[in-house]
Amino acid sequence: MSTLLEVSGISVTFDGFRAINNLSFQIGSAEMRAIIGPNGAGKTTFMDIVTGKTRPDEGRVIWGEKSVNLLKMSESQIARAGVGRKFQRPTVFEDQTVLENLIMALKNRRRPFSVLGYRRSAEDVGRVEVLAEEIGLKAELPRKAGELAHGQKQWLEIGMLLAQEPRLLLVDEPAAGMSPMEREQTTAILVEAAKTRAVVVVEHDMEFVRRLNCKVTVLHEGSVLAEGSLDHVTANQEVIDVYLGR
Amino acid sequence: MQRSFFMRNPSVLIFIGLLALFTLLVTVFSEAFGVGVISTSLVKTLGKTLCLCLIAIAMDLVWGYCGILSLGHFAFFGLGGYMIGMWLMYERTKAIVVSSLAEAPLPPTADEIRDGIGTQIFGVVGGAEIPPIWFFADSLFAQLVLVVTIPGLLALIFGWLAFRSRVTGVYLSILTQAMTLALALYLFQNDSGLRGNNGLSGLQNLPGLDDVPQATISIWFLWASAFALGLGYLVAAWVVGGKFGSVVRGIRDDEARVRFLGYHVESYKLVVFTLTAIIAAIAGALYYPQAGIINPAEIAPIASIYLAVWVAIGGRGRLYGAVIGAAFVSLVSTWFTGGQAPDIPLGFYTIQWVDWWLVLLGLSFVLVTLLAPQGIGGLFDLFTNRKTPERGGADLGPDAGSLQEKEAEQ
Amino acid sequence: MTRTIFYGLGAALLWLMTATVSLAQSPIQDLLQTYEADLAKPSRKSIGTVIEGLIASGQPEIPELLTKWREKDVWQRKDDKLFFYGEKIDSKTYRLIDIATGEVVGELPKKELKQLKPNSGVRGVIATALVQFQLTDPDRATREAGLTAIERGPEASHLGALRASISPETDADLKARKVRLERLLTIPYDEDSATRVAAIESFSKDLGVDARAAINPLLTTTRKAAATLPENANIAAVLEPGDDLTRAEAYGLLVDAGLAPAQVPASAQKDALIANVENGQVAGVPVHQLDNDAARADAYAKLAAAGTVPPAVTETQIDEALAANVIFDVYAEPDNAVTDAAQEALKSIETRVFFNQMLDLGLDGLSLASIYFLAAIGLAITFGVMGVINMAHGEFIMMGAYTGYVVQQVIPDYTVSIIVAIPLAFAVTFAAGVAMERLVIRWLYNRPLETLLATFGISIALQQIAKNIFGTQARPLTSPGWLDGALVFNDVVSISYIRIAIFVLSLIFLCVLLFVLNKTRLGLETRAVTQNPRMAASMGINPDRVNMLTFGLGSGIAGIAGVAIGLYAKVTSELGADYIVQSFMTVVVGGVGNIWGTLLGATMIGFLQKGIEWLNPSNTLAAQTYMIIFIIIFIQFRPKGIIALKGRAAGD
Repeated sequence: MSTLLEVSGISVTFDGFRAINNLSFQIGSAEMRAIIGPNGAGKTTFMDIVTGKTRPDEGRVIWGEKSVNLLKMSESQIARAGVGRKFQRPTVFEDQTVLENLIMALKNRRRPFSVLGYRRSAEDVGRVEVLAEEIGLKAELPRKAGELAHGQKQWLEIGMLLAQEPRLLLVDEPAAGMSPMEREQTTAILVEAAKTRAVVVVEHDMEFVRRLNCKVTVLHEGSVLAEGSLDHVTANQEVIDVYLGR
Repeated sequence: MQRSFFMRNPSVLIFIGLLALFTLLVTVFSEAFGVGVISTSLVKTLGKTLCLCLIAIAMDLVWGYCGILSLGHFAFFGLGGYMIGMWLMYERTKAIVVSSLAEAPLPPTADEIRDGIGTQIFGVVGGAEIPPIWFFADSLFAQLVLVVTIPGLLALIFGWLAFRSRVTGVYLSILTQAMTLALALYLFQNDSGLRGNNGLSGLQNLPGLDDVPQATISIWFLWASAFALGLGYLVAAWVVGGKFGSVVRGIRDDEARVRFLGYHVESYKLVVFTLTAIIAAIAGALYYPQAGIINPAEIAPIASIYLAVWVAIGGRGRLYGAVIGAAFVSLVSTWFTGGQAPDIPLGFYTIQWVDWWLVLLGLSFVLVTLLAPQGIGGLFDLFTNRKTPERGGADLGPDAGSLQEKEAEQ
Repeated sequence: MTRTIFYGLGAALLWLMTATVSLAQSPIQDLLQTYEADLAKPSRKSIGTVIEGLIASGQPEIPELLTKWREKDVWQRKDDKLFFYGEKIDSKTYRLIDIATGEVVGELPKKELKQLKPNSGVRGVIATALVQFQLTDPDRATREAGLTAIERGPEASHLGALRASISPETDADLKARKVRLERLLTIPYDEDSATRVAAIESFSKDLGVDARAAINPLLTTTRKAAATLPENANIAAVLEPGDDLTRAEAYGLLVDAGLAPAQVPASAQKDALIANVENGQVAGVPVHQLDNDAARADAYAKLAAAGTVPPAVTETQIDEALAANVIFDVYAEPDNAVTDAAQEALKSIETRVFFNQMLDLGLDGLSLASIYFLAAIGLAITFGVMGVINMAHGEFIMMGAYTGYVVQQVIPDYTVSIIVAIPLAFAVTFAAGVAMERLVIRWLYNRPLETLLATFGISIALQQIAKNIFGTQARPLTSPGWLDGALVFNDVVSISYIRIAIFVLSLIFLCVLLFVLNKTRLGLETRAVTQNPRMAASMGINPDRVNMLTFGLGSGIAGIAGVAIGLYAKVTSELGADYIVQSFMTVVVGGVGNIWGTLLGATMIGFLQKGIEWLNPSNTLAAQTYMIIFIIIFIQFRPKGIIALKGRAAGD
């Protein structure tokens, strides 16, 4: 299994506070990974760095077979290179319809003038319908995203993520605020996605992580504390100390 | 799934229809082509109002749709006016100089004509040389090209600098205001090459058309303004109607999210900013020949803020709202400041609207912002029963400044 | 016979009487009588001896006499040729005053009197002689007046009197002034070259305008043309046509010097053509073809060939004339040791003047910076804490200024009224700010663009209301007398007291604000709300209250700034609008939510503006344009200002 993303030795400091401390991390091209860690462990900052929102003070982020340096690219370039991100809070464009949201996310040319001349082809609409089916929002396509229930918004966002056809999905707490039924469906979507691409899930909920049934990385104070199966890491004394306090 | 453009945007057809009707009515009642009920000066006022509606559409595109509160679009409007004004003034002065030199014993040389024009135009600022920026002033075509390219280029450079450094929100507004101020101050100088605070004048006279009465010319400009407004509305509706509009509105509501979808937000802002600058410039190029004079005071920051006021009162985020706001506020303003509004005697004090109109405008603007953020355009929702989304949460977008729950419930 | 005797007796008696009268005259009158003829009909030749004689007599009345003489107030009685001071009573009658005693002698009709009317040359000699008296007068004020008179209009003749008066001078200040003036006069008027050079060199470290005024004329040059360079002239530079001056100018000089024939100017050529139009033709060329310069030149050449007009000078002729002659600048001052020394001294003075100008510019920049700081700090606080841009901030400044004006209408004492106006302005604008926050801004939190527009609405309303109440003309806000004048360091560096006062005021503000924000409960709560409003709210801080007080504080400071600005600018309804953009720039450049940031921003903008104005002094409009462009570029490199909050707290 080839490596898709390789992060090595990155550090970030905010006003003297070390949010990420010499962190290294790797993920293969079709792999599911869960990242857990207490508050302030640097999970969100880690995602910020990979997606280009935050520049690290040192370290390297290497992407893909051609070993591209992600640190030299802008957010939108990274997104076009195949990194998709789902935020903690559902962020969909509430003022626009579900269809418009998905069309916007659909993998297509992104330059302003191409978009200006864009016409919805039957093929694109077909792709959107298949996606909507997958995330259970087919009936909601003409509705405004703002009218959806919280869980539906989460799915819409996952749907938008999938529409981008990324090679790496960064998912921040996808199950927050979902009912058990919805969680199950979310798990299914993610597991399905991980068959063809890399998926990194940041999650607090151990039950949800267990259901994902994947390798787990534990972050603490900006660096990797432990890595391995969930059972392996939860047996680790250091991890127990960090989570339960000393 | 994809319906036709007009099916998706019924307001475009309605708007163009109403505009055509309006133009027809004014023509029929005008002095030049009809019964003469509407005076030439009123025709000019109406023509100018149409131009203001056009720049309001530009403002709505950039602010209402893209979320950039530009306090500088009157700079582009003014530049457009200056570009066409240069041709009008140069050619007309040339005609005057040539006819006066025709009496001379020797036929004038090209240099003598040029010197004559220079003295005529720049004598008022103590110069006689024609500055290099007037190089193309003798060519209508070149100046028409400049009407579009100069403001477009300024917008492109300024926008590129501003958006590239991710200046947003209030900062960006202040920066655009600074740009306008800088331009106005520059033009106020006598050696700016554009006659300092005298500005360009006599623009209502078309070179070579001295025999055509102003009544006729005013109707021509009314037609041109109406055509430009209709076309501008169509272009704007087309731009915001499709996927591009989707992205642009996305940028307004959550810039970062659009970026993570892989769109280069800065390019989109730049396209919208430049496009609207060009629309504003065209509006200006049509406005100032009707006004007859342009000077740097027209570009002062306050003008651009009024533009924001029009769009806000009319209702931003919908094109017809911008048009209504611009037309309503500028016409009412003309009425009040023209001394036509009746004074209100309070016994101890008489409210003269010439003095108190600005106070009324300022306060009503505050009230609109506070109580009716949808503006006048919001009234149309009552008829069309436009459904407002039922929102459960608090703020509707993650960015400060995006649509809020309260606002959405209006 | 007896008649004869009687007559003789009578004559003797008369002589006796006259003699008695003569004997009763004062010594001064006697002295004057010895010079009677020269005084009555003075000439430049004789006057020197007269005045020398008068002065040599050492009579105490001489200075007054000379003064009166110069002012044409000395009269001679025709019948006895005695001299008196005359005072006009009416056009025909004059009152005579005795020169020695100052007593009134009597009133006489004008026709019996003769006025002494020294011509201008004589008056000049008298004035010079007077100088000597003035400079050695026992009264210090007179000496000072004499000195000032020489400083205003120095003449060669003053030099001697001045030198003679230095050693007897007792007053140290005056002595210093005299010594300095002596050196200044030595530069143009002394005859010895070495002395002049020494005097020039003694000023090479002097910043005084008078020193430069004395040295500069030595370096004035005249541009001349000649066939060869003159041998004994003090040549400043030999000029090359085309490089140092244009060909046309060079040729003009040759023509003026009679070294070349005059050029026929284009307008004269044209007039000649017009004068020679015959049957629609000029020298065979049809008039309608004469619409370009080449055709006109041809036609003129044909006229010249026919001898009708003088020939035009060709380019080759100009070249030849220029090659055959030299053009040079020659000093008016013939001594080249003096001009060299003057050049050296001037260079050294200019270097010093430059450094001092920089210092002065620094002071100007500092005072402008303190004004911007005052104007912007309130804005920075409200923007930093609440994320609210208050477009009406400028109108609060205006309100403060008008408060000061109204207070001055009630309290006439300027010192007291300013002391009352400052707290009152704070109170008025604080109240206005709180009212605005409660009524408008509170409803628009998290919608910064709409706050901006709503406050703009308030701004135009306030501006118009002020216009309706106070009218459009500027209202004065007069500063107390002790703030008039300036602190002068030397001829180049000075700063007005009012600017110092504003500087001190802004320093006080800086300290007070640092204290309030860092050491008080309100400051703690304000900072908490700035950094994390939600967290602050959950810690029991009432953000509503903090916001209200902060907004009031920011507005109150604007009010005080208004009083300060009003003191040195006129109070108009547009006062605030004039400062608002600069205030915004200050906040944007400085960075949000930090007093030090605002301070740095104000300093940068203040110095920058002064610097640009110095580079381009004639054009303050262009200076502002360039400054704004600079700020737009600056934002490229520091989008969040000089001092930016970093990390998550800054938000995105």
